[in-house]
Amino acid sequence: MTASMRYSGAMKHTLVLLLVSMLALGACDGGVDRAAQESVLHRGLGEEPGSLDVHKSRSSEAGHVLRDLGEGLTGYTRDGEIRAAAADHWTVSDDGLEYVFVLRPDARWTNGDPVTADDFVYSFRRLVDPTTAAFYENSVIDVANAAEIIAGEIPPESLGIEAMAIDQLKITLRHPVPYFLGLLTHPSTFPVHRGSVEAHGEAHSRPGNLVSNGAYRLVAWEVGSYIEIERNEYYWDAGNTAIDRVFHYVTPEPMAELNRYRAGELDITRAIPPESFKQMLETRPDEVRVSPALGVYYYGFNMTNPVFGDNPKLREALSMAIDREQLVAIVGRGEAPAYSWVPDGTANYEPQKYSWADMPPEERITKAQQLFYEAGFGPGKSFRPEIRYNTHDTHRQIAVAVQSMWKEVLGVEAKLINEEFQVMLENIVQKNSIDIFRMNWNGDYNDAHTFLSTAESDNPSNLTGYQSADFDSLMQRAARQTDPSRRRLYLEEAEARMLRDYPLIPMYFFVNKAMVSPQVRGWGDNVLNYHYSQHLSFAADE
Amino acid sequence: MLRYATLRILGAIPTLLLVIAIAFLMVHSAPGGPFDRERVLAPEVERNIERAYHLDESLPEQFSRYLQGLLHGDLGPSYRYRDYTVAELIGGALPLSIRLGALAMALALVAGVSAGMVAALRKNTIIDRLVTGIAMIGISVPVFVIAPLMVLVFAVFLNWLPASWTGGNAANRMLMPVIALALPQIAYIARLTRASMINVMNSDFVRTARAQGLSTISIVRYHAIKPAMLPLLSYMGPAIAGVLTGSVVVEEVFGIPGVGQFFIRGALNRDYTLVLGITVFYATLVIFLNLIVDLLYGFLDPRIRGR
Repeated sequence: MTASMRYSGAMKHTLVLLLVSMLALGACDGGVDRAAQESVLHRGLGEEPGSLDVHKSRSSEAGHVLRDLGEGLTGYTRDGEIRAAAADHWTVSDDGLEYVFVLRPDARWTNGDPVTADDFVYSFRRLVDPTTAAFYENSVIDVANAAEIIAGEIPPESLGIEAMAIDQLKITLRHPVPYFLGLLTHPSTFPVHRGSVEAHGEAHSRPGNLVSNGAYRLVAWEVGSYIEIERNEYYWDAGNTAIDRVFHYVTPEPMAELNRYRAGELDITRAIPPESFKQMLETRPDEVRVSPALGVYYYGFNMTNPVFGDNPKLREALSMAIDREQLVAIVGRGEAPAYSWVPDGTANYEPQKYSWADMPPEERITKAQQLFYEAGFGPGKSFRPEIRYNTHDTHRQIAVAVQSMWKEVLGVEAKLINEEFQVMLENIVQKNSIDIFRMNWNGDYNDAHTFLSTAESDNPSNLTGYQSADFDSLMQRAARQTDPSRRRLYLEEAEARMLRDYPLIPMYFFVNKAMVSPQVRGWGDNVLNYHYSQHLSFAADE
Repeated sequence: MLRYATLRILGAIPTLLLVIAIAFLMVHSAPGGPFDRERVLAPEVERNIERAYHLDESLPEQFSRYLQGLLHGDLGPSYRYRDYTVAELIGGALPLSIRLGALAMALALVAGVSAGMVAALRKNTIIDRLVTGIAMIGISVPVFVIAPLMVLVFAVFLNWLPASWTGGNAANRMLMPVIALALPQIAYIARLTRASMINVMNSDFVRTARAQGLSTISIVRYHAIKPAMLPLLSYMGPAIAGVLTGSVVVEEVFGIPGVGQFFIRGALNRDYTLVLGITVFYATLVIFLNLIVDLLYGFLDPRIRGR
């Protein structure tokens, strides 16, 4: 026997041992159970939500899970229309300031307790209580006294919400908010179960502790891996909940998520990676779902920098020089070119478009060049702004395209700077020698207000530093207006005003993209991209 | 030996303190805070959140608060995963990372050492060229290429193995992550072993043994293996710490909830306490493993033991 033979014998022996020990070690933990009888849905979620406390969570991922676990006074249908949820019906006073909700008599918590008006009072107060340190206090900022409570000036008990009877709730607003029923679909307005919050404190949102009022109850939560929920038999609409068990998997990497879908491990994905979009469209056209979204990709000017702030013609020229059709071709996933700030599909609203939106390209380019000269630039006076974007393939591709369009049309020599998102954001907020930056805005509710309010002078998310008294006063007039059609006119006028001032360059509107298994029924495309598990079912079960 | 170990452990304390202080300063001096998003918070809301996490205090105050917590084993709350403490997050992810890391290390050692030895004993033959060539590829091709490729081939096209951690049963879901984790280590260990073995086989005492008529097998088994393993041993300390704290790439590709992903997400999200907690943990682990390696050195090499 030669030495090498003996070695390979020993190696085989050890490898077998290793494999056996791997199996033994592997067998130590349970893994995801795929029971055959009940219907189980496997959904990709995106990032780890981090918190399932309705008052402490912030991410859209948490929202997806929370909308399965709980519900507010109102909710959405699968097509994105507002529907009654925990409330059965409601009345609104003529001045639009007082809402009286009557709760469903059969609304129940996952432990069988009835959902009462007091539960909502307790939860709303907890949301605005400064010691809760909630993120989404803006969902109730228009309720009477909310701002003063958040600022710590008066106690949470003074909030404009009151239980008139065990099933009757009155909410008083500071000023009319036409989209208030939409705000009440947000998870931060969901009730929390007082008994379990008081018993478990910070840990009340863990499996075993969490008592919620939605179609599903929390079963397991493996941080960074998955959240498992099962049907809540106490739910008032449990008879119409088809799917018994849902797994929300943490899938931060779209490519890895798509592979899991292709391997049959997921029924629904949260995203489609750009590099695979065309391939999916060709090979699985029936499974690719694309629909308009309430989100806009834009470049902002630093309006506090006189070079931009004092030169509207320069801003207009730079905006007009961008061929948006070409940009959406680069992104290539069904995005729509943006010639307005508010996206198409926004409820009760007609987006105001730039006057040159339908101009033929040659004419648009000539106009842009003319404005650029009038702005004081051109041959002999070059312009070298910096474009800042956060490190990401798509952002880089767009920045490169914009850079070359500006160079070609206007002779502008833009410099590209990429930074990590947190670094860029700090630079933008501090206005640290910023020229032009990339950003996006995603609507919180289906109303033009969620977009337009970001251009108000005192809005913290107004990143350009745009200040316009005219715009602000139009927004205030809209806020005071109770007649929806007149309010809409003010909002549309405000948008037109803001667009004329060119504080930013809307580039394209986002689309929602997902892979949905042909087995899944009940999927409705909607601008908010909300897909409640309770609305879904399997073809095989029908 | 005991006195040596005690001294080493005491000596590790200032090192650890220095690591904590530097890490603390670094995470706090990085631009942006844990709660910054494109949806900028209203000042009152931000103030409430900063107060809740003591971020409104001065840096020295925060540092002393952190150290005091650390003494009680409290690594603080996570800012991003608000329902959990950092200790809970690390504690939850660690068993999995250890299990995967241990298996990967075991596989790497067995495969790497065997391949390296065979190559050394068959120096300059086809086998040697093959081993060194494959090892070269193993070192140069990054995991973020190999791991997704493995998923595509074995999960998506062949459908033999699950594409993710949650997709398979307890046994088959370990296979690809362990191999992906082990591959670069196998390559590195094979090269290390080969070089060291060739070195030892050329040394005087081996030549003497040969002159006395001992067979190659006996020489390797009784004389050459121990000294040949010394360079490998010093590599093992940091390698084990690295493998145990998990590979971010492998964890992301296979959807494994290990320590590595928390580290990266924590850094990107400016989750100060989470990054600090994992850094402190990692530093402790490296110091501890290096200590063990040093003690083992004394055991394997009589020259060091004598000193």
